[in-house]
Amino acid sequence: MANRPVPDVQSASFWEGLTNHEVIVERCNDCAIDFFPHLPTCPRCGGRNLVDRVVPGRGRVYSWVRVHRALSDEPAVQPPYAVGTIELDDGCRMFGRIEPHEAAAIGLEVTPRFIDHDGWTELAFQPSSS
Amino acid sequence: MDRTCLPTELVVKKREENVTAAIAGVGYTPLYKESNRSVLDLAAEACAGALEDAGMAASEVDGIASFMVMHDSVPCQAVATSLGVPELSIALDIDLGGQAPCYLVWLAANLINAGAVNSVLIFRAMNGRSANRVGTMEFAGMGGQFRYPIGYDAYLMYVAMWGQRFLYETGQGELDLAGVVLNQRQYAVENERAVRRRPLDLDGYLAEPMVVDPYRADDCTVEVDGACAVLVTSLERARDLRRPPVVVASGAYRAGSRPGLDIGDHLMWADYTRNYTSVLAKDLFGRAGITPGDVEMAEIYDCFSSTVLIGLEGLGLVERGQSGAFVREGNTRLDGALPTNTHGGLLSEGYLHGMNTVTEAVLQVQGRAGTRQSPRHEICAVTSGAMMDGSALVLTADR
Repeated sequence: MANRPVPDVQSASFWEGLTNHEVIVERCNDCAIDFFPHLPTCPRCGGRNLVDRVVPGRGRVYSWVRVHRALSDEPAVQPPYAVGTIELDDGCRMFGRIEPHEAAAIGLEVTPRFIDHDGWTELAFQPSSS
Repeated sequence: MDRTCLPTELVVKKREENVTAAIAGVGYTPLYKESNRSVLDLAAEACAGALEDAGMAASEVDGIASFMVMHDSVPCQAVATSLGVPELSIALDIDLGGQAPCYLVWLAANLINAGAVNSVLIFRAMNGRSANRVGTMEFAGMGGQFRYPIGYDAYLMYVAMWGQRFLYETGQGELDLAGVVLNQRQYAVENERAVRRRPLDLDGYLAEPMVVDPYRADDCTVEVDGACAVLVTSLERARDLRRPPVVVASGAYRAGSRPGLDIGDHLMWADYTRNYTSVLAKDLFGRAGITPGDVEMAEIYDCFSSTVLIGLEGLGLVERGQSGAFVREGNTRLDGALPTNTHGGLLSEGYLHGMNTVTEAVLQVQGRAGTRQSPRHEICAVTSGAMMDGSALVLTADR
């Protein structure tokens, strides 16, 4: 299993942004919508009038899972841990670990927590109140 | 150009209107923990079994279709070579998982109706337990970078993410998942092919530890080595063969809006409480000229327990939020309103990636399912897939 991301041409600015502790989504200037993950074209109009945009990365948990037992041979993370689908305030969704995992709940308001690993930075989320 | 001078053998015979396709036979290998056999060997046995079941010679086959994930199987040409099929007009290798079985049957039926091919073998073969395990393999594609490095690294987790939201929004819970698991286990006890046949009760289910919320081990399919296959041909030809024809009355495939970057990517899918079944239901039943209320039994794809509930609701067989109660009240048992997953499903029979969901439907419609035979079995809905895209069939008796 890949235990670190391999950025591509589309995603490079997102991962670079995380190393600077910034959340970067893509914006279509014609539709005035943000979207994620980064694509070559706008998923609404198909156009290419796109720019990177730094967003606060705050949002709420749309859904989540808690992993009690590692399923892959070389797990990137040791259980128990929780992963959420986080809906950001601008409508984009991202996957991220929720820490502490005990806090995971649908509707929980969260803020980014940047975790620096060797060579890359992980976007995790924590309860807004903590 | 004057085409009247073409040799007559090059002029394609005009097909009769409204040619209808039918499934004429099924074949299986045993299901193994460790087969110690090649995937080609498994595929060839299942395909030869389907031909034998129907009473058709390999020399009559002119099409083969199959699917695989991350090259875990053999291409159709290898099976044609192994079986001695003289020529292939259709060799359809498709890079899909559990979305594929109904889709391939539907494509074959349409190609038969169009006159492009006459008789098509459709198989899934895999050493899915001893070698390439779909549940934990890393899928190629641009979406993986957002999942694998953070431990979001198994298909089970993605379907669990949907299941969690589905249960929350529809006001259902672990007892509803338990209903699916227990009902299907009861069927598996009657199915000698099934891998999980140990009787299970509610206390036993609830006593199991969680693997990934909201799933315990018995909410998850059991991976196996093995293969199964169906033979699709024209209804006219099927009527001359050994088994009662199973008419492909309708089929549909759908990928809903923004289906993602790979088969595990669901970042842009808006509603985790509805999968492809919600998108294709109207087309599926409309094309068959029936309503959901006419369906007599169902074989719903079930890599995980919640997928059955989402499927029953998505097809409109049960009202939104009522599927758990529907199952718990016994409606999916043999004496219920809608016998469902009568082989024990992928949860208990084993994970032949939903191809065995189709083969079970065929056995049921033909009335060959023995002690697990549904008393009403002339109109069966079948699905393939769990998330953004998938397919379905309406199979009927020849009336």
